Amino acid sequence: MTTQRTSGRRKQAMAAAAVVAALLTTAACGGGDSDSGGSKNGAAGFDAANNKVAQADLAKKGGELKFASTQDADSWDTTRGYYGFMWNFSRYYSRQLVTNTPAPGEKGAGVSPDLATDVAKVSDDGKTYTYTLRDGVTWEDGKPITSKDVKYGIERVWAQDVLSGGPTYLKEVLDPDGKYQGPYKDKSADKLGLKAIETPDDKTIVFKLPEANSDFEEMLALTSASPVRQDKDTKSKYGLHPFSSGPYKFESYNPGKDLTLVRNTEWKQDSDPVRKAYPDKITIKFFTNANELDQRLIAGDYDIDLAQTGLSPQGRTSALKEHKGNVDNPVSGYIRYAVFPQSVKPFDNIHCRKAVLYGADHVSLQTARGGPQAGGDIGTNMLPPAVPGSEGQKYDPYEMAGANKKGNVEKAKEELKACGHPNGFKTTIAVRNNKPVEVATAESMQASLKKVGIEVGIDQYDGSQTAGIIGSPTNVKKKGYGIIIMGWGPDFPSVQGYGLPLWNSNYILESGNNNYALIEDKEIDGLFEKYTTTLEDSGKADIAKQINHKVMEGAYYLPFVFEKFINWRSSRVANVYTSDGYSGMYDFVNIGLKSSSK
Amino acid sequence: MSELSKSGAAVGEPTGSASGSNAFLEVRDLKVHFPTDDGLVKSVDGLSFQLERGKTLGIVGESGSGKSVTSLGIMGLHTAGQYGRRKAQISGEIWLDGTELLSADADQVRKLRGRQMAMIFQDPLSALHPYYTIGQQIVEAYRIHHDVDKKTAKRRAVEMLDRVGIPQPDKRVDSYPHEFSGGMRQRAMIAMSLVNNPELLIADEPTTALDVTVQAQILDLIRDLQKEFGSAVIIITHDLGVVAELADDLLVMYGGRCVERGPAEKVFYEPRHPYTWGLLGSMPRLDRDQQERLTPVKGSPPSLINLPSGCAFNPRCPYADVPKDDVTRTVRPELTEIGSKHWAACHMSQEQRERIWTEEIAPKL
Amino acid sequence: MLAYLIRRLFAAVVMLVVIILVVFGIFFLVPKWAGVDIATSFVGKQADPASVEAVRQKLGLGDPVFVQAWEFFKGIFAGRTYSGGGDVTQCSAPCFGYSFRSEQAVWPVLTERFPVTLALALGAAVLWLIFGLAAGVLSALKRGTLWDRGAMVVALAGVSLPIYFTGLLSLAIFSHSLGWINAEFVPLDESFSGWFGGMILPWITLAFLYAAMYARITRATMMEILGEDYIRTARAKGLREQVVIRKHAMRSTLTPLLTMLGMDLGALMGGAILTETTFSLPGLGQKVLDAIQNQDLPFILGVVLITSLAVLIANLVVDVLYAVIDPRVRLA
Repeated sequence: MTTQRTSGRRKQAMAAAAVVAALLTTAACGGGDSDSGGSKNGAAGFDAANNKVAQADLAKKGGELKFASTQDADSWDTTRGYYGFMWNFSRYYSRQLVTNTPAPGEKGAGVSPDLATDVAKVSDDGKTYTYTLRDGVTWEDGKPITSKDVKYGIERVWAQDVLSGGPTYLKEVLDPDGKYQGPYKDKSADKLGLKAIETPDDKTIVFKLPEANSDFEEMLALTSASPVRQDKDTKSKYGLHPFSSGPYKFESYNPGKDLTLVRNTEWKQDSDPVRKAYPDKITIKFFTNANELDQRLIAGDYDIDLAQTGLSPQGRTSALKEHKGNVDNPVSGYIRYAVFPQSVKPFDNIHCRKAVLYGADHVSLQTARGGPQAGGDIGTNMLPPAVPGSEGQKYDPYEMAGANKKGNVEKAKEELKACGHPNGFKTTIAVRNNKPVEVATAESMQASLKKVGIEVGIDQYDGSQTAGIIGSPTNVKKKGYGIIIMGWGPDFPSVQGYGLPLWNSNYILESGNNNYALIEDKEIDGLFEKYTTTLEDSGKADIAKQINHKVMEGAYYLPFVFEKFINWRSSRVANVYTSDGYSGMYDFVNIGLKSSSK
Repeated sequence: MSELSKSGAAVGEPTGSASGSNAFLEVRDLKVHFPTDDGLVKSVDGLSFQLERGKTLGIVGESGSGKSVTSLGIMGLHTAGQYGRRKAQISGEIWLDGTELLSADADQVRKLRGRQMAMIFQDPLSALHPYYTIGQQIVEAYRIHHDVDKKTAKRRAVEMLDRVGIPQPDKRVDSYPHEFSGGMRQRAMIAMSLVNNPELLIADEPTTALDVTVQAQILDLIRDLQKEFGSAVIIITHDLGVVAELADDLLVMYGGRCVERGPAEKVFYEPRHPYTWGLLGSMPRLDRDQQERLTPVKGSPPSLINLPSGCAFNPRCPYADVPKDDVTRTVRPELTEIGSKHWAACHMSQEQRERIWTEEIAPKL
Repeated sequence: MLAYLIRRLFAAVVMLVVIILVVFGIFFLVPKWAGVDIATSFVGKQADPASVEAVRQKLGLGDPVFVQAWEFFKGIFAGRTYSGGGDVTQCSAPCFGYSFRSEQAVWPVLTERFPVTLALALGAAVLWLIFGLAAGVLSALKRGTLWDRGAMVVALAGVSLPIYFTGLLSLAIFSHSLGWINAEFVPLDESFSGWFGGMILPWITLAFLYAAMYARITRATMMEILGEDYIRTARAKGLREQVVIRKHAMRSTLTPLLTMLGMDLGALMGGAILTETTFSLPGLGQKVLDAIQNQDLPFILGVVLITSLAVLIANLVVDVLYAVIDPRVRLA
C-alpha cells in the first residue's frame, strides 16, 4: 500500500528538534504513568494490540471516535484512493463483496465475505468467480445494494481519465487488452457494458477472467471493488461525499480540515459479519504540525492517528517513556532498501552489487532508520513478513543480520576483485530530499562503503518528483544513479501485491517505473505467471519464497529493515488490534470506545 | 564693572552681581560642553554679553565657532532635546528680563520659549514640519501661549502672514511648506516666531539658505519688525555683510570664545583683531569685482576638543609672530577694552594693530 | 489627490495583469522546462500511459501555453468548464482554477481561508504595532539606558528566533503545560470566545517577531527624526516635550513604518505559513503548504495570485495613507 509516509511531517519534525527538550519536559508534567501492563489510566499496555485484540470486552456502543492526522486521503472516492489508511478507513462507509478478515495479525490478511454470503465459488480453471449477495444489505437511503451496483462500482476503475489515482489491478486482470472504455463512455443504456462481469440477477455476480489469477479475490477485497450506485455517482466529485453502503455515512467533509461520519441508520448489524460499528460518530481532524498532532494524541484529545505512520521522533520518545501502555510496535509491511539499477555501470555486474551488500554496515543502516523499535529489524531479504511465503530473518543469504551485520570488508573486497574493480569504484546514491531518514541512511552507506574503496556521492532530488526522476530509466542512467534508496509495501499481502511491479520485466516503464533494478529474469517472470494460476495457498507461498530467493540471489537489492513503527492508541479505545491486511495498522472499523460519554 | 549706556548699546563686561542683572538679556560666562567619545567638545567656553530691548546684536563667526550653540543655549534647547545619557553640560548664567534661565525650572523656561524669546532658523524648509500647513504651525505656536480657539488663532496667523508680506495670506495659510518658495518660507517662519510678540528674537543665519535678492528683503523685514515690535534681536551669521547695517553691536566669536566685540561701527571701521580683519576680507561687497572680493580666512576652524594653546587663532594668524617671546602660542590673550565699549583679545599692542589695520588691511578692503 | 489616486489605481491594475501573466508563466512553463510531468502525479502507481495522457488532456496540460494562459485569464471573469472522459466540471466566475487533486474550485477555498489569514495578520499587526512602536519610542527616548539595551536584546531575539520555535514553545507552555489556552482553531461563526482563544497564541507568536522588527525600526527612525530641524522648531515654540514627540515626531516616524506595514501585511497573506502550520490554522499559508506537498498546482497558483493581489491592495492602501500623512506625496 502506498501510505505516504509523509515528507512534511518528518521534515518539520527535524526542523523543530530544538524544541524537543521543551516539549518533552512539558509532556512529562502532563502524564506520568510509565506502565507497560494494563493500568490505572486504562491503557491496554505496551504491544497489547499488536497482532492481538486489546480490551475487546471493554468496547461499548456509542461515543465519538476521534481520529487526527497531518494527512488527508488522496481521495475518499473508493475508486480513487490509494493511501493505506484510506483503504482502512473506507470500510466505515463502503462494503465490498469480500474484505480483509476482521482479525488481528496474520489472520487479518485473509479474505472474508462481506456483501457476499461467502467467499467466491471458483471454477476449476480458476477463471470464473461467482458470488451471491446477502439479504438486507442497503444503501444509506434504504435501497438494497444489488449486483449491478457492485459491477458499476468496479467499472469505474476503467474511467482512469476521470477517476485517476486508485489501483488498477481489476482492470488489468479482467480486461488486459483495455477494450472497455469505462462507464462514462459506455454506449449501452445501463452503462454496464463490461463483458467480464455478469449480473444474471440482483443477487448474483459472476466474474469471468480471461486468464486465471490466484490473487483475484484479494483484488476484490480492495476498496476499489466497492459498489457505487449509478444515480449517486458524481464522477470526479464522488470523493467529496461518497454514498454509503457501510455502517457510517458522510455528514460533513472539508478537505484538509475535518471529516465527520455519523451512523447510517439504514445499515443493519445482522447483514454485516465484519463491522462491529461501536461508536456513534467518527471524526477526523487534520493538523499541519506533526509535533502538535503527537502532543494532542498523547494529551488524550484524540484517539488514533489516521495516517498510521507512527509517532514522530519527539512524540515517540515521550510516549515510550511516559505512556508505554498506549503504544504498539507493529511491523508495517514495508521494506526499506537500496536498489541497484543494472543500467548504471558497474552495477551491471553482480559482483559489484554483492560488494555493496557485503560492504554496508547493516546495524548502522538500521540505526539510521530509527533503531530496532522505530526502524525495524534488520532486513535480510525482500519479502515483507506479512506476505505469505516470507521467512523473515531466517532467510539471510548474505548474513546481513548475522556474521556480516557490521559489514564484511574482506568479502566485499573479494567481490570487487571478481567484478574487476579491485580498488573500488565511484557511484551516486539518489535519495529523496524530503525524507531525512533516507538521507541519513544514504550517509551511513556512504561511510561504510568508503572502507571498501567505493566512493559514493549523494544526490538529493525533489521527493515530490519521484515518478519523473527515478521512475525514468533513461534519466537514472543519464544521472548515473547506481544506488537508489526507496521503500515499498504490499497493496495486498501476496508476492504479487508486493513484488510484481518491482521485479517483473513487464513492469519496466519509461515513466513511473518501479522496477528500478531493471530486472529482466525469465525465471522470475515465469514464477509470477505460475503464481497467478496456482490457487492453493501453500503452493502460492512456496512460489513467493522462490521469487524472493531469485531476487536475493541476483543481489539487486540491499534491504535495510523490515519496518516497524510506534503507533499510538488512546486510553479511551477498546477492541483494538493490528492487522496484516492493512500493513500493521489498527483495523479501524472495529475500534470501539470504553465509554459512550463525550 | 562696566558702565552701561542708558541708550542701550549694551556690550560690556558682566556686572559681577550674583543676584541679578539689570540688562534685558545678560549672558555671563556661558559654557556649553558636549561629552563625546573623542573628548569634551567645548562649543562655548566662557562667553559673556548683554543686550537691551530694541537693540540688535550681531554674533559673527565661522561655523563651529559656537554662535549657534550660544543661541540654542539661551533658548534652553540643549536640555529640552536631550535623550539618553550623554547630556550637554551648561554652566554660567543667562538672565532674561530678571530671570536666570539656566537655574530655572525647565517648564518655566519652556513657557518663555516662543512667547518671550523666539527663534528663526537657517533653513526654513527643514525647520518647518513638512506634514502640517503653515497655518497649522503658526496656530500651534500661538495657542501654546494664548488660550484662544482655533478660529481666532487662525485669524492671527493670517494677520501675521500678511504682516510679513505674504500675498493672499488667507489662502496661503492653508499651504504646506513645500508649496512655498524659499523666501516665502522664511517669511512664514518669521511670522511664526513673531506671532507671540516676543521681546527677544534670535535669528540664526536667517538668510544663508536664500537667494541674494531675497536676503536683503528678509533683512529689511527683520529690521522693520524690530522697530514695530520693539524686540531685542540677536542675529547670528558667518557673514559680516548681513549684520553691517542691522546690528547695533557686534560680537565676533572664534573657537567658542569672544575675540572682539563692540559697537558695530567700531568693529567695522576700527577692528582690532586679526580674525575680524579676516572676516571683513571675506565679506562680499557689491562695489567690488566678483573675482577679488572673497579672500576667506586661511586655514580651518580649530578643534573644539583641543584648542590651540595660547591664542586659539594663532595657527591661522598671519601676525602671530609680531608679539615677542612666542607669547601668542603660550598665553591666552584676555579680552581687554581698547576703546569705548570696544573689546578685543589679542597679544599685539594697540599700536601694532592700528598700524597693520591702517597700512596693510584697510586699503585692500 | 484624486489624480494621484487614479494613477495609483491604474498602476495597480496593470501590475495585477502582469503578475497573473508572470505567475502563470512560471507555473506552467517551468515544469515543462524541468521535464516534470504533472499528470503522472495524479494517477496511481501502476497507471498505464493512456491514463496519464487522458489526465493530461483533462487538465488541459496538452494545450499550448498561451492557450492555457488565455483559458485561465478568461476563467477569472467568465468562469470555465473542464471536461474530459465524460465528466464535466463547472468552475464559475471568478474561476481561479480547479484542483483535480481535491476536486474543488480554487476560488471558494481561497475565500474561505483568506479571512483566517487576514484575521491572523491583522490581529497580529495590531499587537505588533502597539508593542513595537511603544518599545521603539521608549528605547529612542531612553537611549543608552538599561531599558533601551534590554528592549533591543529582546527585539534581537524576536527577530532571530524562528516562528516554529517561539510557536511551539508558547504552545508547550501555555497550552499543554499550563493549560491556560485551548489552542485549537474554532471558526468565528461558531464561537467568538473560542475563536479568540484559538487565535491568541498565533497572534502573539507572529506579533513577537514583527514587534521586534518594528521596535528596532521605530527606535532608529525616532532617533533620526528627533534630530530634525522641525523638531527643534517645535521645541522653540515652547511646546511640551510630549506634544513634540506625539504630534511632531511620531507622525514622521509613522511614514516609513507604514510602508513596512503595507509590505508586511501583504506578504503575510501568503507568508503566515509557519504560524498557520504550527498552530494548525486553516488559512492560506497552510493551504499553500498542503498544495505544494500534493503538487496541487492550481491551488499554488491561486494562493500566489491572491497573495499578489493582497500585496497590491495593501500597497495601494499604503500609498493612499502615505498621501494622507505626507502632503508632499500628493504632488508626486
